Amino acid sequence: MTLKSLLTSTALVMTAQAAAAEGSLSVYHWFEYIPQELVDKFEAEYDIDVTIDTYDSNEALLASLKAGTLGSYDVAVPGDYMVQIMAGEGLLDTIAPGELSNFGNIQPQWVDVAFDPGRQHSIPYQWGSTSFSVNRDVYAGDINSTAILFDPPAELAGKINVLDSQGEVMALASLHLGIPQCTTDRDQLRALDDLLQTASESWASFGSDIAKDVLVSGDAAAGMIYNGFSAKAREEGANIEYAYPDEGYVVWMDNVVLLKDAPNRANAILFMDFLLEPENIAAVTNYAQYAAGVEGAAEFTDPALASSPENTPREGAGPGAFIAVCDQATQEVYDQIWTRLRS
Amino acid sequence: MAAGTGSGRTISSTFAPVRNYLLAPSWLVIGIFLLVPVLLMLVYSFLTKEFRGGVIWEFSLAAYDQFLFDRGLFGDDPPKIEWAYITIFARSIVQATGATILCLLIGFPTAYYIATRPTKTRAVWLFLVTIPYWVNLLIRTVSMKFLIRDNGPLNDALMGIGLFDSPLQLINTNTAVQLGLFYSYLPFMVLPIYAALERYNFAFSEAASDLYAPKWTILRWILIPVVKPGIIAGCILVFVPSLGAFLAPDLLGGAKTFMIGSLIEEQFKGNAGNWPFGAAASMILLSMVLVVLMFYARAQARDQV
Repeated sequence: MTLKSLLTSTALVMTAQAAAAEGSLSVYHWFEYIPQELVDKFEAEYDIDVTIDTYDSNEALLASLKAGTLGSYDVAVPGDYMVQIMAGEGLLDTIAPGELSNFGNIQPQWVDVAFDPGRQHSIPYQWGSTSFSVNRDVYAGDINSTAILFDPPAELAGKINVLDSQGEVMALASLHLGIPQCTTDRDQLRALDDLLQTASESWASFGSDIAKDVLVSGDAAAGMIYNGFSAKAREEGANIEYAYPDEGYVVWMDNVVLLKDAPNRANAILFMDFLLEPENIAAVTNYAQYAAGVEGAAEFTDPALASSPENTPREGAGPGAFIAVCDQATQEVYDQIWTRLRS
Repeated sequence: MAAGTGSGRTISSTFAPVRNYLLAPSWLVIGIFLLVPVLLMLVYSFLTKEFRGGVIWEFSLAAYDQFLFDRGLFGDDPPKIEWAYITIFARSIVQATGATILCLLIGFPTAYYIATRPTKTRAVWLFLVTIPYWVNLLIRTVSMKFLIRDNGPLNDALMGIGLFDSPLQLINTNTAVQLGLFYSYLPFMVLPIYAALERYNFAFSEAASDLYAPKWTILRWILIPVVKPGIIAGCILVFVPSLGAFLAPDLLGGAKTFMIGSLIEEQFKGNAGNWPFGAAASMILLSMVLVVLMFYARAQARDQV
């Protein structure tokens, strides 16, 4: 390469960077969730620079925003119950009616949701379920019970990964015991504590971002996991089966929220509108293998997804339940139980 | 350490007028980025926790109370001693001590070997010791995880040579954490011991040998006492970061049982969201480190006499 061509290319790179600085958008997102091509498409379409930071649990998102990063991000992607908590904590900005031109694309059942009535702060991103998957090479028996996690058969004991996510573990454990979420009954809370203390002796690790990897590598023979993440693990070669247990499972919806004090509020609105386009949100669905909440997205999603075993609750499975937001007293008992698990 | 005083070295007066200001940048950096945060933590540990993370500016001893007393699941039982956090601290101390001993056992002979090479090759050896530091600790810890997992190369090799029939369960155990800490901090042991050995006059060993001192006696009564400051510095450099480590327990230990670092992280980043308790745990950790350093300082002072 000659000096001249070197200089020219450097100049080109510099102008390219200068051109890209037209506008920016700062996204706080779950790990391994949005395809890079979609981000590139948005950047090209609106001439906006997108930066993405990631978190690995709803609680970590909340902690980070409360610790002072509020004001440095424009949008985040909390789960249902966390939208409600964040709105209660005053961390969300309100989207004015009519501000989103694609608001009408939201599927009717996802417009007036309990965690954000009337969608004042959020739009649907993806929804799916959380239960667990089992490696069929290791265990061939019945996996349609939450006992796989909380009272595992000998083949699986000591080979189980559990999501490092208090809300989901508590919800599944409550389903296993047949007690309501956020129970205030002391005997039920003691039973929950006993169950988790005993069950954790059969658990090998806690981790959310590793949930797929440990199943693929064989470090874990069973693991709590989100349905789409499990589908990806299966695609990567793990002989695993995702369970829809008799006792029920966790249903969730992740949502794009407009954060308070967003430095690029207008771009955040553009981004939300962009994600309400059926074709764009379908790209996320195809990548993450969950389901979108937007009319017409099905046209653009891989047809195999709709009938994948991870996206199809089996006949006779228990009901899906959203995670409930507990009051302070119960939440503090939950926190105690959670800490005792790890000491 | 306190070698400058009374050694009869002449101190240059060229920069005498500005000498007192030379430390100003260091003090500024230490003050702003170390002392202020530590003081902030100290204050936070005595505040009231806010639900879901944050603090309320009211004095409270609740964080220290939580550390010391177990009041049951609902907080209204008569207080008993809380073993949960003592267990976590004890586990961390055992792990850090283990890592220090392992590093010393491997690091001392390594440093001795390097220090006894010709001057030219020493540089090469030192260079080799520092190579792992070109790679981020996170990456190195993840690589270690890939190596020791059940289906990883280490187990494949062990089973390949017929040493084991089934994979050696290393991943998600305390042994894996130990291995990770040892590997992460080994150079911290080698370098200070090497620095001390480099200044050691090997003529002492030869003289002792000429006087029929056995090798063990030379090592025990001449070599080790002379390089002791290097050994102690190495031990501190390994022990202190091991005590607060959270990458190794998280990635290699499966985050299943907490060490101090993960307990503190959980209070700020994780589910619990109890800042005053996290701050109190940090303060208790800091006090433990300070006690270790005080013992070191006193040992140093005794040696100087």
